[in-house]
Amino acid sequence: MLAVIDYDAGNTFNVIKAFDYLGVKIKLTDNPTEILESSGLILPGVGAFGPAMATLEKKQLVDVIKEAVLVKKIPLLGICLGMQLLFEKSSEYGEHNGLGLIPGNIIAIPEKGGLKVPQMGWNKNRLKIQGTKFDFIEGQYSYFVHSFYASCDKKYLISAVDYGVEVPAMVQNGSVFGTQFHPEKSGKIGLDILETFAKKVVRQ
Amino acid sequence: MDVDNGRVKKGVNFLDLVDVGEPAAIAAEYEKQGADELVFLDITATNQARSTMIDVVEKVSRKVFMPLTVGGGIKSVAEMQNLLRAGADKISLNSAAIASPSLITEGAKKFGNQCIVVAIDVKRNHEKKFFEVYTHGGKISTGIDAITWAKKVVELGAGELLVTSMDQDGTKSGFDIELYQKIAPEIDVPVIASGGAGKMEDFVDVFRKCNVDGALAASVFHYGEITIPNLKEELKKFEVNVR
Repeated sequence: MLAVIDYDAGNTFNVIKAFDYLGVKIKLTDNPTEILESSGLILPGVGAFGPAMATLEKKQLVDVIKEAVLVKKIPLLGICLGMQLLFEKSSEYGEHNGLGLIPGNIIAIPEKGGLKVPQMGWNKNRLKIQGTKFDFIEGQYSYFVHSFYASCDKKYLISAVDYGVEVPAMVQNGSVFGTQFHPEKSGKIGLDILETFAKKVVRQ
Repeated sequence: MDVDNGRVKKGVNFLDLVDVGEPAAIAAEYEKQGADELVFLDITATNQARSTMIDVVEKVSRKVFMPLTVGGGIKSVAEMQNLLRAGADKISLNSAAIASPSLITEGAKKFGNQCIVVAIDVKRNHEKKFFEVYTHGGKISTGIDAITWAKKVVELGAGELLVTSMDQDGTKSGFDIELYQKIAPEIDVPVIASGGAGKMEDFVDVFRKCNVDGALAASVFHYGEITIPNLKEELKKFEVNVR
């Protein structure tokens, strides 16, 4: 069974509804045993980096997530802020350490060229790495709401979108995946991503 | 979608409501057609309607996976939280923002600016020659200038503006170009134009002549006069950036 990590993130219910719609069994939990025994993990997230990491630490979930991913090799999908938390550091309202599961930092989208920050709306994915299970994302629009983005080596980019800078849209490091966009709000393509993670990435 | 007691309705110049159908079914159809976002406005906005609205949002968000904005009669952060928990992504404030502007800031602090949309209903004041803000579903004039108010709400934390022309609403005679030409350059958050869409050229017009980020329509979609795929094709021909 998939587990959604419960740390009071804003979009949790909509993420669960999307998996319900897909007929994927999923459970909201902050129980370390359930997290470590899950077949796959979802780390949702809306809001600011610092408070989110503080909540994960307060709930003593940071080491649990690291053990699940690094020792037990349980596939994980981070969504929006949940993706940003996978990186090493963020400069959102001060310096904060992340989970460090993907090398790179979270930095502000530069305000230039008349682009409004936050990026709020649909943007078009360009495939950066071919041959993952997510090749179908090429040319598809997904829904973004964010003011910060991941600055990381291109080898971790499944897809990216243009927003003044190249914004990593979907990232991967081994069995750790993340989407800057909201798959639970990206119509059919979003559901396809969640379904592919649940049925093709996660061991059945 | 204007929701009245759990049903989608539509009027002309904010009056003469006609029943259009069941919200979740209509929402699912629009998702299939490729709509980019849905806006639900509770036009009854009594306490009883509020629980109906939570139920509508809950039902829609189980079947429809695109951004949902919900508004109408929301007066507290607690009400916002209930709607967000039910599946809304953004909360739209209108009359309550005029009555207590600090509500915009409270909502933005708690849920983020991107979550707070301020809806502004605007009618030309022909006598004094300005765009006047109306509240309470267009029933009460405020004497407030729409452009001044738009700038103020962005300062207070609004992440998006939904600007409806009451003069054009439901008339199908085109968006109020002058209104958006005046408002859009003054603010740095997305502006959604609403009111008056009648034909595809009206959408082309508002995107080409005004720096708006979105266009909202109800009647033409509800009655099948314009389909979303056809509209997007038409906009692409005029090099409007669409999904």
